[in-house]
Amino acid sequence: MSATKRVYLDHAATTPVRPEVMDAMLPVFQEQFGNPSSFYHRGQEAKRLLEDARQRIASCIQAQSHEIYFTSCGTESDNWAIKGVARALEKKGRHIITSKIEHHAVLHSCEALAAQGYDITYLDVDADGRVDPQAVRQAIRPDTILVTIMMANNEIGTIQPIAEIGSICREHKVTFHSDAVQAAGAIPIDVSTLPVDLLSFSGHKMYAPKGVGALYIRRGTRIATFMDGGAQERNRRGGTENVPYIVGFAKAFELAMAEMAENTQRLTALRDDLIEKVLQAVPHTRLNGHRTDRLPNNVNFSFEFIEGESILIMLDHFGFECSSGSACTSGSLDPSHVLLAIGLPHEKAHGSLRVTFGKSSDPEDIDRLVESLVKIVARLRDISPLYEAYLKETHG
Amino acid sequence: MEYSDKVMDHFMNPRNVGEIADASATGMVGNAKCGDIMKVYLKIENDIIVDAKFKTFGCGSAIATSSMATEMIKGKTLDEALHLTNKAVAEALDGLPPVKMHCSLLAEQAVKAALQEYFESTGRMTDEYRKLFDILDDDAHDHGHESGEDHP
Repeated sequence: MSATKRVYLDHAATTPVRPEVMDAMLPVFQEQFGNPSSFYHRGQEAKRLLEDARQRIASCIQAQSHEIYFTSCGTESDNWAIKGVARALEKKGRHIITSKIEHHAVLHSCEALAAQGYDITYLDVDADGRVDPQAVRQAIRPDTILVTIMMANNEIGTIQPIAEIGSICREHKVTFHSDAVQAAGAIPIDVSTLPVDLLSFSGHKMYAPKGVGALYIRRGTRIATFMDGGAQERNRRGGTENVPYIVGFAKAFELAMAEMAENTQRLTALRDDLIEKVLQAVPHTRLNGHRTDRLPNNVNFSFEFIEGESILIMLDHFGFECSSGSACTSGSLDPSHVLLAIGLPHEKAHGSLRVTFGKSSDPEDIDRLVESLVKIVARLRDISPLYEAYLKETHG
Repeated sequence: MEYSDKVMDHFMNPRNVGEIADASATGMVGNAKCGDIMKVYLKIENDIIVDAKFKTFGCGSAIATSSMATEMIKGKTLDEALHLTNKAVAEALDGLPPVKMHCSLLAEQAVKAALQEYFESTGRMTDEYRKLFDILDDDAHDHGHESGEDHP
């Protein structure tokens, strides 16, 4: 079994660095290694690379170059956006609106603020995982200072009605942040028309290395400094810029934009093929997330009567690397907060499987994956007392 | 999550999976909310466990510990089975990751729940035996986290 072909199907977790990105970064480690804040030529050369990367990333979302701020990761961007706005606007109010299906970087940032006396509203989502824009409108109060709703969900792939939510925030003059970590490079983002004030990005979800992210801050948005230090990033985020990774990030983002149409078509075909085949081949299976308004590369199932970690170990044995929202894989006692928020009972949330396709995904892997899943699910159901109880109930 | 080869073996090729139609006693512990449920079936003759089977909903280590626990009590006397410990189950599997220790406790509890049912249904429950079933009141998940090990 050790010779089994390894198939990576967890691109929402991270992606490998693509060769073009590696090539772009390499000279910046050892030749153009200067500090962008240094006066001499080598420093200025690094400064040019940095500003060029900033301009190119800005172009990917139709932003202005000075509206892009580099960070160390998506989590830092979320922390900065939420805590930075909260601090800048604390005299205006202390109410923040978010949803129940945000990434922990957002939820835990909000919880940290709640501990400091901020009031947080966690909006429900519907069965497909969508936030109702009208619920945002109803939740806005005179002391609301920030709305933060993700663009697309990392677990179930559901894409949120960000434009509508943003318009409502505009109408009420409330700052709007969106975690675009999963959406960026996968679906178009155009801040010249999209009413958002802040967007979080991460490099390693789009074939750049781990350790680099960005925060888009629309000009005029009030936000406090997050990292005190030197004058880097227009005095807003101290710390010597990670120039090689930033150069890689810009390359990766540009390539993702250039290939978006082609990728969307290819990944959507893989996604829909897997969804169709699994729902047909495996009874008592549910697709989690919206059927069509979802990221092109995301599939999330719940297999009734069985538990997710067991599925993952067996899939790993067959060569497939996927993830699950089961408690056993998160290390906590509760299954995924996202799956609970869309209304799944605990046992169905424990039995979830996420497959996220990417560049390496091959249509030929799908049939083998479905075949493996059929065997795995049947085997685990054979062992399951819940399935036994179900059979007794239905067949007497 | 790193599992030992023994855990992997008992997960991939679990022993004693199934039901016993004319079981002398059954024990079911855990709940779907926490993500693991174990059901143990025992066939007891002349105070000897002549057969043990299980059904488990849960993670890899939950299935492996059920498999191992049933192996360890098969052919044993009631007295020997009553002294099965979660530690012994975990050791027999060459150890479990700290966050998974609760699975071995659940396996011990499943066996003891079946034994408890057996002693009660046969009218043989004594105060001395009753003490041995105190473990059924423990929350297996609390134990798993007492190990002090944080999430991976």
